[in-house]
Amino acid sequence: MHKHLSRYFGVFALPTLLAFSVAFLIPFLLGIYLSFTEFTTVTDAQFVGFSNYIAAFADDTGFLDALWFTVKFAVVSIITINLFAFLLALALTKGIKGTNLFRAVFFMPNLIGGIVLGYIWQVIINGFLLFWGVDITVNADYGFWGLVILTNWQMIGYMMVIYIAGINNIPPQLIEAAKIDGATPLQILRKITLPLTMPSFTICTFLTLTNSFKLFDQNLALTAGAPNRETSMLALDIYNTFYGKIGYEGVGQAKGVVFFLLVAGLALLQLYITRSREVEA
Amino acid sequence: MKKAISFFMIAVIFVISLSVLGGCNKESAETIYFLNFKPESAAAYDEIAKVYKEEKGVELKVVTAASGTYEQTLKSEMAKSTAPTIFQINGPKGYANWKSYCKDLKDTALYNALTDKNLAITEGDGVYGIPYVVEGYGIIYNSEIVDKYFALDNKKVKLNSVEEIKSFADLKAVVEDMTANKEKLGIDGVFASTSLKTGEDWRWQTHLANIPIHYEFKKNGTNISTDDLSEIKFEYAENFKNIFDLYINNSVTDKKLLGSKSVTDSMAEFALGKCAMVQNGNWAWSQIRDVAGNKVKEENIKFLPIYTGIEGEETQGLCIGTESFICINKNASEEQQKLSEEFLYWLYSSDTGKKLVTEKLDFIAPFSTFEEAEAPKDPLAKEIIRYMNRDNVTTIPWDFTVFPSQTFKENFGAGLLSYSQGSKTFEEIKNDMINDWKKESK
Repeated sequence: MHKHLSRYFGVFALPTLLAFSVAFLIPFLLGIYLSFTEFTTVTDAQFVGFSNYIAAFADDTGFLDALWFTVKFAVVSIITINLFAFLLALALTKGIKGTNLFRAVFFMPNLIGGIVLGYIWQVIINGFLLFWGVDITVNADYGFWGLVILTNWQMIGYMMVIYIAGINNIPPQLIEAAKIDGATPLQILRKITLPLTMPSFTICTFLTLTNSFKLFDQNLALTAGAPNRETSMLALDIYNTFYGKIGYEGVGQAKGVVFFLLVAGLALLQLYITRSREVEA
Repeated sequence: MKKAISFFMIAVIFVISLSVLGGCNKESAETIYFLNFKPESAAAYDEIAKVYKEEKGVELKVVTAASGTYEQTLKSEMAKSTAPTIFQINGPKGYANWKSYCKDLKDTALYNALTDKNLAITEGDGVYGIPYVVEGYGIIYNSEIVDKYFALDNKKVKLNSVEEIKSFADLKAVVEDMTANKEKLGIDGVFASTSLKTGEDWRWQTHLANIPIHYEFKKNGTNISTDDLSEIKFEYAENFKNIFDLYINNSVTDKKLLGSKSVTDSMAEFALGKCAMVQNGNWAWSQIRDVAGNKVKEENIKFLPIYTGIEGEETQGLCIGTESFICINKNASEEQQKLSEEFLYWLYSSDTGKKLVTEKLDFIAPFSTFEEAEAPKDPLAKEIIRYMNRDNVTTIPWDFTVFPSQTFKENFGAGLLSYSQGSKTFEEIKNDMINDWKKESK
């Protein structure tokens, strides 16, 4: 069987491999190369060595501010999204009336694109702040919490679906046995449900972590960095560097490579930590 | 069955590779590719392409970059094998970036027809960008509302008509008294919202800032094409503050809420008669015209110079210039370069072309091939021409084409927003601006 399949490797894997290299691998390698060059268009690059990387950190171009803002944002949203998603998943696996409707409704925000969501929430938040005669651009804190609310609203439903699948996979006899042994609902949650949903937890923290770091559309549409770029996250800062100043395309590219290393490193670390906590039923 | 599946797979691969190859297909040499900067002219260019194809049999492909994304689009289009043959740069800064793509246009018929050769982008003996449109900005006002004010019994100013406004002091007195009477005039504020949303603040960080910077260059005898511009002192900052304060304190919108307003919002307020004045240029005509429920009448739309309280401003006119310079891609094939030149000259010299330029594109073209009568008929363009032909009026050129970078402009815009929200003082944003200019000039 194995041998038989490997004969068809080309047939099955080649189209995907081709698409993967055209749409991902080649641009990625080209991007790394470009971060060491100075260029106007990608075809006329001049090699300059590490100077782009030095400029990315040295020229106080806001990269470190953006990094700090992103880290704060990521920590807060990973906690809130996973907490709310898990609570919702618990509530919607109890078999209450209209469970399917609720699941669908909570999932729906995820179907709307980031730019649209950004503008919708900008209108809502500005309408709310109007009571105090200000808008979202007045204070960076408004922008920060606005972004947290927006991403929560968007991602909770998706994470909830993953948690529901995890909870539904717990063998019912385990819970039944625990009940017969006289375990309280809290004990069941701590000793059975939580450990057995660790695989879902791994996936959800991975998704929220990477998505929070890579957030771009929502950031651009909601605040676009206002006031004074204080609410610009890493991706937006890279974009602004790339297009904001002539001759800084390479610096933007260098920031992009640093950004990739950072997100990949963090995600691997997180996978390692949460994986080690997974248990078999 | 298995065979059927593998045949199917092979067919799929075949189709995919065919479509990939199809994408690499060379375009015929008889094609000109024009990357257009002005989204408002996209439909007009489509028509031009159709007419040109009928008349000369040459295919003209026009792609329009979405608003505010020209540099991005140009960067990616230029890297393709079918790169634009005609593109545009926004002045000396744009030229510095696109140098290796700009063909020398010194010997072209179009350059010969350029009325004011000083406007072109040159380096050494070469001419690399030719301005193809002249534009102007100032304070657009609705004369119906302003005249209504001058007819009021309780007006406090001595002036009797808008023509008598000759200085910032006059303007300030009129505007502040109009604000006091805004209920009677039926407006929410004298000026439309000072749009300070990120990306919507170019009317202030670029256009308004042009005036103090121009006067600074003028006072110091700076030649913007040859002198070192890496530092400025922002000597007329106080004048900038004068007019900016007047805008934000007499506006439709409370100054703390300006961070969410866009240019479209401002133009809609003007078109709907909610305000009497708005700072913008003649390109805004289509925006005013196309607002649904538009109340302002075409014949009542006029221009006023932007007075800031600088000495000698009595004779100041509008800010007239250009940031649209046409270039030909020197990396395109000889054939395409020649066709591009022919097309541009045809557009700005043949009767059909000129008609399209004045009636469809609404351009005031800076070429000697145009007769005086061959000018656009919209109210704002007519005002620009009126100001250009007036005696004893000093036009302010567009010196903002030498502003150091987009980042500089964006930072200054963000500073202006903080100032209007009260989180920064004017002194702070002035210093930030001076430092940023220096930093971004590197």
